Amino acid sequence: MSDYQNPRSPESSPREVGHRDQHGTLDTFPDPGLPEHKSRMADRDPKASKRAERQVATLFGISVIGTIAALVVYFVIPPDGTTAGVRLSTLALGLAIAFALLGIGLGAVHWAKVLMSDHEKVDERHPIASDPQTRVDALAELDAGVKDSGIARRGVLKGAVISALALFPLTIAVPLVGSVGGDWNVSKFKHTLWKPGTRLAIDPSGRPIKAADVTIGSVVHIIPEVSQEEMQSHEWITEKAKAVVLLVRLDPRDIKSDQSPEGETWSYDGIVAFSKICTHVGCPVALYEQQTHHLLCPCHQSTFDVADSAKVVFGPAKRPLPQLPITVDDEGYLVAQSDFHEPIGPSFWERLK
Amino acid sequence: MTTSTGTAAAKPAAPQASTPTTPAGKAADYLDQRTSIGSAVKEFARKVFPDHWSFLLGEIALYSFIVLILTGIFLTMFFVPSMSLVTYHGEPASMNGVLMSDAFASTLNMSFEVRGGLLMRQIHHWAALIFLAAIVTHMMRVFFTGAFRKPREVNWLVGMLLMIMGLAAGFSGYSLPDDVLSGNGLRITDGVVKSIPLIGSYMSYFVFGGEFPGEHIIPRLFTVHILLVPGLILALVALHLFFVVLHKHTQYPGGGRTDKNVVGFPLFPVYVAKAGGFFFVVFGILALMGGTMAINNVWNYGPYDPSPVSAGAQPDWYMLFLEGSLRLMPGQTEFVIGGYTLSLNVLIPAVVVPGLLFTFLFVYPFLEAAVTKDKREHHVLDRPRNVPVRTGLGVAFLTAFIILALAGSNDLIATHFSLSINTITWVFRFLIFLGPWFAFWITKRICLGLQRKDRELVLHGHETGRIVRFAHGEYIEVHRPLDEQERWLRVNYQAHEPLEIEPATDSRGVRRKGYKKDKRLQRLSRFFYEDRVEPVTPAEVAAAHSHGEHDALEGESHAQIEAGAATVGGGRDLVEPEKGADERRP
Amino acid sequence: MKALAARRHHRLAPVVLLLLALLVTGGVYAAFAPTSANAETASTEDIETGKKLFQANCATCHGMDAEGSDTVPSLVGVGAASVDFQVSTGRMPMQMDGPQALQKPRQFDEEQTAQLAAYVASLGAGPAIPTDEQVDASLGDVANGAAIFRTNCAMCHNAVGAGGALSEGKFAPPLWDTSERNIYQAMLTGPQSMPVFNDATVTPEEKRDVIAFLVDQREGSAGGLSLGSLGPVSEGLWAWIVGMGLLVGAAVWIGAKSS
Repeated sequence: MSDYQNPRSPESSPREVGHRDQHGTLDTFPDPGLPEHKSRMADRDPKASKRAERQVATLFGISVIGTIAALVVYFVIPPDGTTAGVRLSTLALGLAIAFALLGIGLGAVHWAKVLMSDHEKVDERHPIASDPQTRVDALAELDAGVKDSGIARRGVLKGAVISALALFPLTIAVPLVGSVGGDWNVSKFKHTLWKPGTRLAIDPSGRPIKAADVTIGSVVHIIPEVSQEEMQSHEWITEKAKAVVLLVRLDPRDIKSDQSPEGETWSYDGIVAFSKICTHVGCPVALYEQQTHHLLCPCHQSTFDVADSAKVVFGPAKRPLPQLPITVDDEGYLVAQSDFHEPIGPSFWERLK
Repeated sequence: MTTSTGTAAAKPAAPQASTPTTPAGKAADYLDQRTSIGSAVKEFARKVFPDHWSFLLGEIALYSFIVLILTGIFLTMFFVPSMSLVTYHGEPASMNGVLMSDAFASTLNMSFEVRGGLLMRQIHHWAALIFLAAIVTHMMRVFFTGAFRKPREVNWLVGMLLMIMGLAAGFSGYSLPDDVLSGNGLRITDGVVKSIPLIGSYMSYFVFGGEFPGEHIIPRLFTVHILLVPGLILALVALHLFFVVLHKHTQYPGGGRTDKNVVGFPLFPVYVAKAGGFFFVVFGILALMGGTMAINNVWNYGPYDPSPVSAGAQPDWYMLFLEGSLRLMPGQTEFVIGGYTLSLNVLIPAVVVPGLLFTFLFVYPFLEAAVTKDKREHHVLDRPRNVPVRTGLGVAFLTAFIILALAGSNDLIATHFSLSINTITWVFRFLIFLGPWFAFWITKRICLGLQRKDRELVLHGHETGRIVRFAHGEYIEVHRPLDEQERWLRVNYQAHEPLEIEPATDSRGVRRKGYKKDKRLQRLSRFFYEDRVEPVTPAEVAAAHSHGEHDALEGESHAQIEAGAATVGGGRDLVEPEKGADERRP
Repeated sequence: MKALAARRHHRLAPVVLLLLALLVTGGVYAAFAPTSANAETASTEDIETGKKLFQANCATCHGMDAEGSDTVPSLVGVGAASVDFQVSTGRMPMQMDGPQALQKPRQFDEEQTAQLAAYVASLGAGPAIPTDEQVDASLGDVANGAAIFRTNCAMCHNAVGAGGALSEGKFAPPLWDTSERNIYQAMLTGPQSMPVFNDATVTPEEKRDVIAFLVDQREGSAGGLSLGSLGPVSEGLWAWIVGMGLLVGAAVWIGAKSS
């Protein structure tokens, strides 16, 4: 009864019984009890009841038909590999299964609503807390156990068992965490496949590209030139994830700035190459708007100005896209002068260290 | 198992163990002798559950989870969780001869070559979207009706964990086919992980087993998706349902429903039929959706490659709030401190914002308990209008969530409504702060307004629109008083008051320790409960009846007020429609 | 004979007569109508007519000699392909001033478009209109086209060409109804914000592969209703509207008292 306190305090439930104030007038309304039971048509009219029974039976019957249809469809309409064939097979099987299931569901619910007894029942609730005697007994049992163990007197044991139990998870956790991280060599983030003289190649075919092939207004998606067999390996995908580059040719008069330091030229005759990996969280920045020279990342709308060192003009990125220094070799093919001069892609703690 | 045959006057005979004769009886006896299942059947077979459609929302989640497991088992028979490269030969034409991971190839094979494969994939994915939609809807029902109050706080926490596990299940699941769309999602996850100070790069290596994407992530996500997360979900669901049975289900306020009883229908047969039937309905609707509506056609996105990306690059809907936060955050907030890079432009939207949202949900029951100091068990639900600040906060939370989700879809909004994506982003940058505040304010006012309307209704009854002219020339509008049930619904609630705390100093003028904390709690309590509408009392109804030259007569009115059907004289309002004008006169 | 004469005054007689007349006219037209002009065999006459059309409709913005201005591009060297693309999609003559010129019903028919193209091509060498063989989808490799499309086009136009947003209100339009020729010409000439995909970076065969891929996408989805092929956002929207709508509706029905 500890839950039901002084009626005047806010914790009490003031509406359980009608309380009277000092004048003897009620200050709360009394509970009117359960509402009157309204009978259903099926309860009053035997014809309605029979009809409801037929409806329920029909619904279950529809389910059986659905099941048979599903089995027939499974054997008779397999996916034939064409778009239309797969679509038909999926549709037919899905509809049949849906009927098989909905028939049962609707039938069971209709039965419950219309035919099963709808007289409300009342069950009692009891406080969730165990009764006081049980609590006392429980505590007594625990006390007896503690006394039997003797741990109360033996502090050394307590400390020892806790230390042992606290430390042993390390035996599992350390190998698990340690082995899962590969070689843990995070400095790899700072280097890509690009080396001095690596040819720029078209993604995904791998054809090297000449400077003359890049016209003003065109954009080329670039990967480092590697052998065809290297492109079939899974390591290639991991390397490509750092090495992809976007190549754009601008009218040299439109270029406001690029990232070339004093005395160096990282572009070639208006052709500029930037890392395609967004410096925000790493999506490929690929939407090049020819007329504004803006490069838009579709994931979170970071926008970079290719004519102005690829600096950020909108969106959640902070740093410009790193520029790949390029030049041409003696055959006219575009080549990298070196690797990027900073780690590409999203920022990480030791990025500048 | 026994039938009593005594007459009404006879003592009830002690039940005897009789040998069962029917096959069912024999089976039950066999089982009971080994499991004592009899006591469970006695306790649970006719257990009463209250009846309301909003109590079925959690079941939608439960049943979609079962559908996920059933269809998921089918998928595991064909999916290959490997990133080894294979050249795929088969349908569709756009994928024929393409080099791709085994995970992607097995997904294509399952969709185009296996009978029912695409159907199962689609049912599975629709069920995942519905699973989380149902969790959110159910959580909101629990929130707005106050079903998280004592003794259900622990169950609320279990539910919150289930929601987080659901997010993990969905994310790990849609990443398994290793396609460009989900692969870019993994790349974004890698970017977020890398931005964590000190340990970010190492955490990235931990997740991917090396540099992104590596060869380990798909098999690892597979283990997460079919073993770790479902195991946790099953355990937590069992706990969640155990609590529902232990605490008994809550019930909406109404006549005869108190904190000490539960009114409804028995488990067997009504809920076996209704809830069992609902499982088939949910499964059937999911089958219908899976058979008719295309979802996650991964062959259109292509096998994961770090170079391509598609317009409309978003995660599944339940992750859109994260996507929206990332899109809205301005980029200037990345700093270099002592050579180390701190990317707040990523940490704030990806870690702080969800942290705030989840923390609000986790602590809310305890917050309300602290500001009311309410230690009673609550089994009768609140009508949302009677708890205006809670309802307002809930709507504000939903507004924030929806604004973030819309911000995450800003490119689709731009193309469909011919707007500039930059303008949309700016508008949402303001709305994410102004929207929830405005939503809170307007919801609270609407709740208070509805409460006042309820008061008016109890005091004056329903307007019938009929005008009666008395012989002496007075006109009144006839009001029909509320019947007992209608009135009870509107008066049976408690308007909490702000906390009262002990004074700052004791009788000797010494400052009390803990006063500052109490004062803060009191201020918060005032925010919650200062604006309130008290429920109508019988005295007020009586006073309302006697707007005229004299009060209703004492003797008569007592009995009539208790009966609830007041026929009073001299007043402006309440008149029984059937009685004639002169019968009203006392 | 009497029967026929009687039917002469039948109330449906005029209708029958009209239908007959239409049939005859249509047949005569089909037999004798001139075929559309072939842009490849542009005659001097075509160029002259094209010049007149240009000066009447285009010169106000592009200049009398198509030299352009600070705000309007010069058309010297854009080639017949650009003109055919812009005019056949109705983007030119531009009507609305907005983030970009929008597609609208074409203002000039095939013949006139060809004449304009011939005139502009005569001003300076530029990309030519592709031949029918160059844009024949049945000759293209769908798988290779898909790979090219994924790398070069999907980021703006969406994975299957359903369209996508660019910055500041610009957008890449959906490609469902774009003709094969215009797909080729758009890639070749890079209209408005679209970059130029010249024949060195995307070869003519690769362009045809892209066309084959896009035409293949028009078959629809193997999974059923494509819901616009817009990805997870539309899937989530439909999950809520259809899925939760039906399910909550079912829940309300289950919880409601029977009559």
